[in-house]
Amino acid sequence: MPGKEFSRRDFIKITTGVVGGMIGLGLGLPALAYLLDPAFRTTTKEAWVPIGKLSDMQVGTPFQFSFTRVQLNGWERTSTSYGGYVIRKSDDPTDMVILNSRCTHLSCTVNWQQDAQAFICPCHDGKFSVDGKVLGGPPPRPLDAYTDFRVTQDGVLEIFYKEG
Amino acid sequence: MWTRVYQWLDERLGLNEMYKNLLDRPEPQGSWWNTLGSASLFLFILQGVTGIFLTVYYTPSPDHAYDSINYIMNGVALGWLIRGIHHWGATLMVIVVFVHMLRVFVTASFKYPRELTWLIGVGLFLLTLGMGFTGYLLPWDQKSYWATTVGTQIAGSVPFIGDFILKALRGGPDLSALTLQRFFSAHIWMLPAALAGLIGVHLYLIIKHGESHWPGKED
Repeated sequence: MPGKEFSRRDFIKITTGVVGGMIGLGLGLPALAYLLDPAFRTTTKEAWVPIGKLSDMQVGTPFQFSFTRVQLNGWERTSTSYGGYVIRKSDDPTDMVILNSRCTHLSCTVNWQQDAQAFICPCHDGKFSVDGKVLGGPPPRPLDAYTDFRVTQDGVLEIFYKEG
Repeated sequence: MWTRVYQWLDERLGLNEMYKNLLDRPEPQGSWWNTLGSASLFLFILQGVTGIFLTVYYTPSPDHAYDSINYIMNGVALGWLIRGIHHWGATLMVIVVFVHMLRVFVTASFKYPRELTWLIGVGLFLLTLGMGFTGYLLPWDQKSYWATTVGTQIAGSVPFIGDFILKALRGGPDLSALTLQRFFSAHIWMLPAALAGLIGVHLYLIIKHGESHWPGKED
């Protein structure tokens, strides 16, 4: 305030404002971090998951597998099941497609129907071919595939599971 | 530009008048003892804000109460700070409200025309203690479990109706999930609502009557 006496009242007002602002910021910023903390977390969990012996999987017939991952959400443990199909195209242990059985429409689980020779989703009749392509129904894209896989020395097929 | 926006709002809301009546009130004599009421109000708001934030993660169930608080303390960014403020703020609020009450008593500020302000203030003090009592159980650890066992048992020692009071407090004869749930409900809904309402009346009366005079030699 140029040319004016800096009054006692103005001093109190400004001090109150500054201290109040400091308290507001001092509590507000930590509170924001506290609230949004879960959103800032990147959970990339990855692991090689064994899904079955290669010798059990026949060429031409989809082999169904499933595995469970345990997740810690805050203070709660949740186990989620995942499933899929291995489709071997020849005897070559790298010549195969591994599909995730989660429908690309709204995440229901598709089932292999032997007589229809297709994966059918029970929820909205999504239909996929043996290698995962959309044959009919609402799904917007082919079934997801696990592209990273390996066969261990004792003949177990493992897929690389990555979340997030 | 901003002055015109402010003037438009002021004409309709009476901001200047509100400021003059609420915040620019004259004090008979400045004394730090006269700030304890404002300090209590500040702590009430602080407890409200940090308490609301705590409910984002806290779960009032015997299965999860302890684990969820453990998660607040060790899992969430700055959770220890929010809970720490709420924890220590609670103790501080009981102290500040009590000292505020002592000051009003010592300066005889409860006399005419401020008897109602005093009575409501006593209610506010009891509600503050109630907040402390109900909040203490929520961590659901050994200390809080047994403190509430003892506390409700004491309430149960009232002649004739003691057993009824004990069951009403615990939601049954024993401490259980029902106890935790009703203490939580009281702690975040009923008691704060009662506190907020009474604080409103308390403040209205203070603004209406003004601060009492500091007692002089003749008083």
